[in-house]
Amino acid sequence: MTTAVDRFDDEARRRVEAHGRTTVHEGELLRHPVYTRLLHWSVAIFFLLAFFSGFAVYTPWLYRAFTPIFGGGPMTRLLHPWFSLGFVLFFALQILNWANPMRWTRADSRWMKRIKAYVAYEEALEPDDVGFFNGGQKMYFWTIAVCALIFFISGLPMWFPRTFGRLVVAVSYVLHDISALLMLVGFIVHLYESTAQQPGTFQAMTRGSVSKRWAWTHHPAWYRDATGRDPRADYERALAAESDRREG
Amino acid sequence: MPSGTLQIRAISGHTGPVPGAGVHREEEVCKYIDTTTCIGCKACEVACVEWNDMPFAQTTFDNTYQTMPSTAWNYWNLIKFNEHPRDDGSLMWTMRKDQCMHCEDPGCLRACPAEGAIVQYSNGIVDFNQENCIGCQYCVTGCPFDIPKFNSTTKKVYKCTLCSDRVGQGLEPACIKACPTGCLKFGTKVDMLALAEKRSEQLREHSGFANAGVYNPSSISGTHVIYVLHDATKPEMYGGLPSNPTIPTTFTFWKSFAKPVGLLMALLAAPVAFFHYIAEGPKEAQPPSRGERHE
Repeated sequence: MTTAVDRFDDEARRRVEAHGRTTVHEGELLRHPVYTRLLHWSVAIFFLLAFFSGFAVYTPWLYRAFTPIFGGGPMTRLLHPWFSLGFVLFFALQILNWANPMRWTRADSRWMKRIKAYVAYEEALEPDDVGFFNGGQKMYFWTIAVCALIFFISGLPMWFPRTFGRLVVAVSYVLHDISALLMLVGFIVHLYESTAQQPGTFQAMTRGSVSKRWAWTHHPAWYRDATGRDPRADYERALAAESDRREG
Repeated sequence: MPSGTLQIRAISGHTGPVPGAGVHREEEVCKYIDTTTCIGCKACEVACVEWNDMPFAQTTFDNTYQTMPSTAWNYWNLIKFNEHPRDDGSLMWTMRKDQCMHCEDPGCLRACPAEGAIVQYSNGIVDFNQENCIGCQYCVTGCPFDIPKFNSTTKKVYKCTLCSDRVGQGLEPACIKACPTGCLKFGTKVDMLALAEKRSEQLREHSGFANAGVYNPSSISGTHVIYVLHDATKPEMYGGLPSNPTIPTTFTFWKSFAKPVGLLMALLAAPVAFFHYIAEGPKEAQPPSRGERHE
């Protein structure tokens, strides 16, 4: 199973990589290759389309604001399930692409316990066992995966109400809404953390590279794997060099 | 009988007050259907199709007098024929005119997310405005009587209007006008209920229908179409008339909690993120190249 997934993902990556490049400058590391970036932004585009067309119909407060974007109420309703199918399709590929780095480990459970320290910036560097993704990122990822599944399963009865029973459809409305709300919370946090809150993160998904400083700060274990060097020692050295420069 | 412009009481997918609501007092209207005097002549079906200018629908033959299995997007009024075996083994034939019941608490309107696609007039008529309909078919799920029907070509939902266009002009609905036996009547809800009670009493006392009664289900706060039934304890024998029609209970949770409260709670993430930034600032890659002082 895993090998088949790996083979499929490797093949997809190889084909896409042939048509793109990632420039890694001096002092930088490759974070997300071309295939991952293309997947992420395909997911993002379909997500936003499904998000706005969905919330247009979600509540009267947003109906007048969002339906004109898609050419009115009927078009919004018509397009929403198709946008969503695009989202589900690309997210499925994203799961194949990230199944390994997103695997939950004991380090992630430890990370969740010290989330308060993370939010309050108590330490300069993340703990040494934080790898390519931290516990929060993994939790967001798997929440989206579960929500996408619920969206898909509850969306079908909503799309074809007469094929399913009245009760099934009525319950589907609630499930569809709850997963939309969960996803909304996750999305807001994701948006904040990847832009304003962590300078240097956004370029990981656009250009594909990050600075080494960024890597040892936010993902020390990944830094060690990628460079074979000790993140904390490199940080101390940079810190010393920084204070030398300022004094001298 | 009411006349003049129809005044709106409730609008689907609408926020804020309903324009014009309560400006003048209006009597609630009601269609009275006496199943005990219906002869199943289908004159009401023809009058409905004719007045609403719909093409004649294809009929199907299933070895009974049933014209077609159910109402359709272009066939809003249908006599349901039922052969009901009595306890003594003899056969009883029931005929019921099936159409929108114009519920006092309409599940279709509660479910509808499109502003102005479904309105309820002060006189109790529940009406669909196809120009505002988005074709989501939530009303199909909301309706306890399986009345709204989707047209996959126009992507809109249709149903009986209780001839709101005629009633607004002081006329009775087309089906009422066509009925030859007088089993259909139209008037105020109060008058029609009184008439139905009187007729039920007559059936109970003089015609041997001990369980005769009025169908005006309280589970949806009553309807603006009421039936006189030979046996009000078994509405199911009249072609699947539900004895306790309900709007799915999930609707209340869905519409009054999950949507408004849930959305506000979810959106709280935005100010939390914003004020986190204001209070803590960004988490720079360490060490920041410009030097850093914590205050």
